[in-house]
Amino acid sequence: MVLIMIRDITIGQYYPTNSILHRLDPRVKLVGTLLFIISLFLFHSFLGYIAVTIFLFSIIKLSKVPFRYIVRGMKAIIILLLFTVFFNLFLTPGDLIFQWGIIKISKEGLISAGFMAIRLTYLILGSSLMTFTTTPNQLTDGLEKLLRPLRHIKVPVHEIAMMMSIALRFIPILLEETDKIMKAQMARGADFESGGIVKRAKSLIPLLVPLFVSAFRRANDLAMAMEARCYRGGDGRTKMKPLKYSGKDFIGYLILLVYLAAIISSRILENAIF
Amino acid sequence: MQIIFDHINYVYGSGTAYERHALKDINLQIQKGEFIGLIGHTGSGKSTLVQHMNGLVKATSGHIYFNGEDIYAPDYKLRDLRSKVGLVFQYPEHQLFETTVFKDVIFGPNNLGIDKLEAELRAYEALKMVGISDELLDASPFELSGGQKRRVAIAGVLAMKPEVLILDEPTAGLDPRGRDEILEQIKKLHEDSKITIILVTHSMEDIAIYADRIFVMNHGELVINQPTKEVFARYKELEQMQLAAPQVTYVMNALKENGIPVPTDVTTVMEARDEILKAFQNNK
Repeated sequence: MVLIMIRDITIGQYYPTNSILHRLDPRVKLVGTLLFIISLFLFHSFLGYIAVTIFLFSIIKLSKVPFRYIVRGMKAIIILLLFTVFFNLFLTPGDLIFQWGIIKISKEGLISAGFMAIRLTYLILGSSLMTFTTTPNQLTDGLEKLLRPLRHIKVPVHEIAMMMSIALRFIPILLEETDKIMKAQMARGADFESGGIVKRAKSLIPLLVPLFVSAFRRANDLAMAMEARCYRGGDGRTKMKPLKYSGKDFIGYLILLVYLAAIISSRILENAIF
Repeated sequence: MQIIFDHINYVYGSGTAYERHALKDINLQIQKGEFIGLIGHTGSGKSTLVQHMNGLVKATSGHIYFNGEDIYAPDYKLRDLRSKVGLVFQYPEHQLFETTVFKDVIFGPNNLGIDKLEAELRAYEALKMVGISDELLDASPFELSGGQKRRVAIAGVLAMKPEVLILDEPTAGLDPRGRDEILEQIKKLHEDSKITIILVTHSMEDIAIYADRIFVMNHGELVINQPTKEVFARYKELEQMQLAAPQVTYVMNALKENGIPVPTDVTTVMEARDEILKAFQNNK
C-alpha cells in the first residue's frame, strides 16, 4: 500500500552488497551524480551520448547491483517517459517524414524524442545508482561534510543534517504508528475509503491528530534523551565514523575529471564538425 | 453470539524477503458470555489473531463465522462486525483526537450512523461505566491523566455496545491501583452486561483471577485451548513456550514437594490462602 511505497522509496532503495562503488566516500558519489546529471544536458550529438553511455554502464557494472533491481525503479517514470516522447514526437515542427491525417512526425521530432527519452532514462538510472550504493545516513553525512563551508555564511548545516538523519530514522516508526492508529479508528467504525474528496479529507482528522500528538511527544522525549547525553549542537562535536578520503576516492575524482574532459571535448568536436 | 475460526492462516509479505506465516491453521470457537484469556510469547500472533476477529486483517485462507455468518462473504458488512466486536488496542489513549472527551467517545456511535440522541446517551453511559466524572466531559482529552485517558479510550469502544470486547493489554503502563481498577471494571462489565470478554495479557495472575478459559499461542499456532486451571497445571509446557504459571502455583507445588498436603491446581492467592489454612487445620 501507500505506506509500504513510502518506506521503500526512502529506505528500501539501498541494495546491500560489497562493490567498489559501495565503498567509495559518499561525497565522491554526490559530486559524481551532480556532474553526471549536468553532463546529460551539455551535449546534443551522438559522440556525447556514446561517452555518457560508456560511463553509465561501466558504473552499473561496478556497482554489482543486479540489473533487474535497477530496472524496477524505472517503472515509476514510465508514464513521464511516454508523455515526453509523445510530445516531442508529434509536436516538433521540421522536415516531415510521416503523415497520417493531422498526425505529423518530423525528423527533428524523432531525434528530439529519442534524445529526450535517453536523457530521462539515464537521469533516473544515474541518480538511482547513488541511492542503491549509499545508505541514507551516509548520504546525510556526505552532504553535511560537503556543505560545511556554508557555515561561514550562517547556514545551519549541522542542524539540517541532524534533522535529516533523525527524520529518516523515524520514518519506519511513524509508519507503524500510522498503521496502528488507522486500525484503532477503524475498529471504532471509521471509514477512510469511501466518499468524495472533502469527506475523505475530513476522515483523515482522527488519523492525523493522534499522529501529530505522537510525533511531538516523541520529539520531546528524544530531545530530552539527547540532552541527557550532553548533546549541545554541532560545535566541537566529533563523529564515530568520520568521513575520510582514501586512495580509491582520489581515483574516483580522477575518473570524474576524465569523464568531464571527455564530455567537453565531445562538445568541442561536435561544434567543429557540425 | 458466537465466533468460529475455521482453518485460519495468515501470511504477510508473501513473495518478499519479509515473508512471515503469522497464523498457522487456527481453529477455535468462542461462545456468548465467556471470559477468555489469550497468552503467548511476544510475536506469537496474539495481536494478529484478535485483529482477525473484527475483520481488520483479512486471513490468507480459511473462514471466520460471526453468529453463523461468513465474514468474508462478498456482501458482508465489516463495519457492522466492528460495532459488535469491539477491539481496544494497547495504549488506546494514543487514538484520542477530539476537542472534548464527550466528542471523542461519541465518535464510534456516530460512525455507525446511530441517531444523535441515542448516540449521546450511549456515550454518556459508557463514560459512566468506566468511572469518568461529569466535569471531565467537556475537558480536552489531552488534559487528562494517563489512567483517565485510557478509560476514555475504552469508553469510546464501549459506546458502540459491542457483544464481544477484546482488550489488548489494558493494564500496560498503569500503576498497581490503576491496573486493579481497570480489571475490576472489566469484570463488572462481564457480570452486569454479559459481554463476552477476550483479555490479551502477559500477566498470568490476572488471567488466573478473571478468565474461565485460556488460549495459548506459540509461534503462530494455537497450542492450548482449555479451562484456566487445566492450562496452568501444564506449567512445565508453558515454560517451554517462554510463559509461566501464576507465582502462587509454583509455591503450592513447592509446598507439596516438601510434604505439605495442598492441592497444586491453585491459581490465585486467595485460593492458596484457603487451601494452606485448611491443610494446617487438618494436621492438628
